[in-house]
Amino acid sequence: MESYTQLLQLLVAGLTTGSIYAIVAVGFNIIFKSTDAINFAQGEWVMMGGMIAATAYATGMMPLWACCVAAVVLVALIGGLSERLVIRPLRSPAALLVTLLTIGLAIFSKSLVMVGLGKTPMGYPAFSGDSPVSVAGMQIMPQSFWVIGLALAFMALMHWFFEYTLMGKSLRATAVDRDAAALAGIDVRRTIMLAFVLAAMAGGVAGVIITPLTLTSYDHGTMLGFKGFSAAMLGGLGSLQGAMLGGLLLGLFEALGAGVVSSQFKDAVSFILLLLVLFFRPQGLLGKAEINKV
Amino acid sequence: MGCYQASRGESDARGKHMRLLAVLWALFLFYPLLASNSYAIGLGVMFCINLMLIASLNLIMGYCGQISLCHGGFFGLGAYVSGVLSAKYGVSAPIGIAAAVMLTGCASLLIALPALRLRGHYLAMATLGFNAILSVLFVELVGLTGGPNGLSGIEPIVLAGFSFDTDVRFFYLAWLSALVVMAAILNLTYSRIGRAVVSLSGNEIGASSLGVNTYGLKVQIFVVSATVAAFSGSLFAHFNLFASPETFSFFTSVLLVVMVAVGGWGKYWGALFGALVFTLVPEYLRAFHDVELLVFGLSMIVVLMFFPDGLAGMTQRALAFARARIRPMLSTAPKEGPNHG
Repeated sequence: MESYTQLLQLLVAGLTTGSIYAIVAVGFNIIFKSTDAINFAQGEWVMMGGMIAATAYATGMMPLWACCVAAVVLVALIGGLSERLVIRPLRSPAALLVTLLTIGLAIFSKSLVMVGLGKTPMGYPAFSGDSPVSVAGMQIMPQSFWVIGLALAFMALMHWFFEYTLMGKSLRATAVDRDAAALAGIDVRRTIMLAFVLAAMAGGVAGVIITPLTLTSYDHGTMLGFKGFSAAMLGGLGSLQGAMLGGLLLGLFEALGAGVVSSQFKDAVSFILLLLVLFFRPQGLLGKAEINKV
Repeated sequence: MGCYQASRGESDARGKHMRLLAVLWALFLFYPLLASNSYAIGLGVMFCINLMLIASLNLIMGYCGQISLCHGGFFGLGAYVSGVLSAKYGVSAPIGIAAAVMLTGCASLLIALPALRLRGHYLAMATLGFNAILSVLFVELVGLTGGPNGLSGIEPIVLAGFSFDTDVRFFYLAWLSALVVMAAILNLTYSRIGRAVVSLSGNEIGASSLGVNTYGLKVQIFVVSATVAAFSGSLFAHFNLFASPETFSFFTSVLLVVMVAVGGWGKYWGALFGALVFTLVPEYLRAFHDVELLVFGLSMIVVLMFFPDGLAGMTQRALAFARARIRPMLSTAPKEGPNHG
């Protein structure tokens, strides 16, 4: 019984971090689909969301919810601004070049936060108290419910956006074929800008909801970005449901790796599982197999 | 006829690169005489090691268009395998280095076989995961690697009774290794295999329809690139006589990718510029303390935005520009020359 509760506890912890990975993976996917590039700045946006919200909260001028909303909006703006200043002026935006530029953006944003907001880890209280709730013998932090719930809501919102709005459809059309989309009257450059805004917003949301649980500091972003990338690959690049599934699975792998094998080797365990999945099902769990004919 | 000309033009280009390499390396031979202290000579050694690292990464990035995020990890695997063999088991350095290179070759083959079968970013993902696993192993296998405190007690390289235990002696070893690697890469890119590799970066489908085995070629190039990284890693370990896990983290791998790009990816001399930047810029930026990374990130963005083919491409264009300006001046002046003669 004891170990059964422990296992459940691990599952909840895994789902919580997994929800964060899922949101980051969605942001990663959005940019991947519109530019074919790996966005290394994705994790930094997560970190920025947390850091900005924490700084705003520390000034004591705004209630917590307003700080969080402001942080998400600000990070989305930063994403748009990055695209406008760095990606749009490119004459030939090859995927590899965009990827490399996002590495530059990541290093720049990270050090900007370090210089501007300091090196000390920051945080703020959980949305509804820090006392654990007891469910079926498990002790769960209420913030976990917030994280899982908000992640689900975010996914639903993204699904609605991509399936039912004109803007979402134009993004999908651009992802399929940039030239054809331009011929159909879609402003391709604007959709790429929109992709960066949305991806940064996803990062901001993830950062804002996880910070009460883990605290954050300027160097937290890189690892989160890599985990998001892994989750997106695991689920199948470019698929929204895949990102969700990949993120949750990666979170579970990690929690179980830490709990069952050893916490020191938890990253190794999750990455070995990830490599195995990729080797046996390289297109990801929900991705379509790429047909390669010559 | 056209074919003959093309191949002659190619061997001209290769000869030009080879002559430039010979001149540069002949000058570089005198570096220890100019360098005033062992710190400066150490920088020279690090330049050679970084050059081999970046040139080998440029092979897979520049010619195959694939990002490898495990180059720092392979570098570390080379350093730790030969370092542990030397420090814990007393294996002599040449055997340890050979073992490190072979083991890394096998590991990279295991990664490459499944990951390169698909196009897109699968190599990036697989190598990222592999580097993460290696980093964890370097830190956590405390009994073998010394864990977070690092591995000490690595013996210097001894070849036929001659010990490379001073900075100057080691410099010549690194100098020679870098020369051999650079010459080999030049030969590779202008060989039959090299032409096939270059065709890959142009158009993969086109290349395979002309009978190039694109998959096999990419796997080979990746393994070669990883083994060169391992070799420079073991030189690094036997030079510093110490290895610590954070030298070989993700961040190193990412920085190496950046250096290939800033130097000029797919350009032969790109690695030289990349290695210069990677060796010297951090030394200069130290004065800026915290702003170091900010300046670094910003300058990287600027270089890539305005010179997508990196510093090598920038230099090439500057030279072409200068030549175009100077040649008319030269050609008008001595025009009468031949008539007199």
